[in-house]
Amino acid sequence: MTQLPSAQDPPPPALLEPPRTDRSWWNWLLLIPIVLPLLTFVYNRETPRLAGFPFFFWFQLLFALLAAGITALVYLLTKPGS
Amino acid sequence: MHVRGTELVIVVVLFVLVSGLGFLASRWRRASHDSLEEWALAGRGFRSWLSWFVIGGDLYTAYTYVAVPALLFGSGAIGLYALPYVAIEYPIVFLIMIRFWSVSKTHGYITSADFVRARFGSPTLALAVAVTGIVATMPYIALNLLGIQAVLTTVGINGHWPLIIAFVVLAAFTYRSGVRAPALISIVKDSLVYIVVAVAIFYIPYKLGGWTHIFNAYNAHFKATPTHTGALLTSANQLQYVTLALGSAFAIFLYPHSVTGVLTTKNRAVVKRTMAALPIYSFVLGLIALFGVMAIAGKITPLTGANGKPDTNTVVPSLFEHIFPHWFTGLAFAMIVIGALVPAAFMSIAAANLFTRNIYKEYLRRSASPREEAQVSKIVSLVVKGGALLFILLIQPQFSIDLQLLGGAIILQTLPSVMVGLYTRWLHRGALIAGWAAGLVASIWTFYLTPNVALKQPHWGGTAFSLSHLGVHTEVGIYIGFVGVVINLVVTFVGTAVLRALNFSAGADQTAASDYFTDDPDPAVAEPALEAGN
Repeated sequence: MTQLPSAQDPPPPALLEPPRTDRSWWNWLLLIPIVLPLLTFVYNRETPRLAGFPFFFWFQLLFALLAAGITALVYLLTKPGS
Repeated sequence: MHVRGTELVIVVVLFVLVSGLGFLASRWRRASHDSLEEWALAGRGFRSWLSWFVIGGDLYTAYTYVAVPALLFGSGAIGLYALPYVAIEYPIVFLIMIRFWSVSKTHGYITSADFVRARFGSPTLALAVAVTGIVATMPYIALNLLGIQAVLTTVGINGHWPLIIAFVVLAAFTYRSGVRAPALISIVKDSLVYIVVAVAIFYIPYKLGGWTHIFNAYNAHFKATPTHTGALLTSANQLQYVTLALGSAFAIFLYPHSVTGVLTTKNRAVVKRTMAALPIYSFVLGLIALFGVMAIAGKITPLTGANGKPDTNTVVPSLFEHIFPHWFTGLAFAMIVIGALVPAAFMSIAAANLFTRNIYKEYLRRSASPREEAQVSKIVSLVVKGGALLFILLIQPQFSIDLQLLGGAIILQTLPSVMVGLYTRWLHRGALIAGWAAGLVASIWTFYLTPNVALKQPHWGGTAFSLSHLGVHTEVGIYIGFVGVVINLVVTFVGTAVLRALNFSAGADQTAASDYFTDDPDPAVAEPALEAGN
């Protein structure tokens, strides 16, 4: 992408239709809900308990909500036109 | 044995109701012509909320509802691997599946093997992917039957005839209505799941003396049991926990029925929104897993299964039976039975499509019309379900369980062709086939080497391959599918480098870079001039 467009070139396709790419810096956010649940040393513990739940259980239940939240966020941030 | 009448009546009534819905579904959004696009993918027309029900209903099987708590009940913390697995799968496939959706929409692909064939110019590689998909799916369908059977055993019905009736009805409405039947029923299924879980998650702890007491009983139970289990992960099974979660998360969207589910959606935005909302099901599965912990606190003992050994799959039905009034238990049992029907229908449709598109049309009848394709798939869906039924009736159920464990590992071996293939065409078809074969051999071999401690079988025992087999003095285990796919990827990449260096023909790629971004034009914003000619 180092070439500069010259005047007689047709306009790049990107100007005619929505950009044909899924690339976005926001996509990197998806790594958070993927990597955190794989770090067993973070949550493989009994305490602190929450409402009777060992840390091992209540913290991992949050992973599902984290996945929903981050994925929805990335969807909104990468929506065409946003 | 005493038959529990109230539960049985509720299960039968709800079964009849959803079966009726299954037959009526053929009239729902019906298209004028008969084709796989219609029968297997409902014209690729499902929108957001419906897709959420449909894919959720497709992926979360009755067996999951029964087996995940059973694993927690029997083995402790390692059983909770299902929770990180279902939490990470959607962020992982969020970007992958929209590419797959687009390229499939552009070229009319029905199966992942359709894509592989066109991408790598290799019907042989497509055949490998198709056969892998069919073999991995068959025991999965059989396991859903086991979910139904666990309920029937708890209700007090022994003998196979109710199972046969249930499957004949399922086969009939799937034949008639195709994917529309499980799609419509999934709304009933998921609603039942949400109602039952929402009530159970408060009511059972209330009856058992509170969460603190429940988890104290769970801790005490695993303190008293010997090694290989534990209230928390041990140094030996942490790697197994992580590799199982990661491997399963990739595997699930390689399964044919997930592919079928994703391809029923209307456009890319629907896929993305559905992926963002599906973790809600994962949260509910996490709650369902807790039933296994509750069963320990409730001192539930598993009923004796068909093989004369205690069947931990009965602990969830038994827990419900123990705690709830009869009518609510009936509702919960109906949830499990209907929960089995929806994925079983999807799976049989998906396996049938693989046969039709990548075996029948490829090797037997090149000239098959869309109408003939639909007809072949309909018939094969019957054969597939019949095969799964025979699996359960004629062979030890334990065999289906083992085979399904292996199924996840073998479907994972299609990852380089399908998922990596969505991103790069550099891979060579010959190397992909070699990698697939190496990964399969590695998965099956490591599975063979693993003993089953609980059932005292020396071989074919589980998915945790002990690294001590490699001469390392350790108790650490690793998921066999993970071992397989790493070997697979190494062979594929090295093989590609070699084959490309030797200038072996890599075949033609029928897809173009822009095909991976195609979207269904929204009639409200699309410019008709651009659409014409595309």
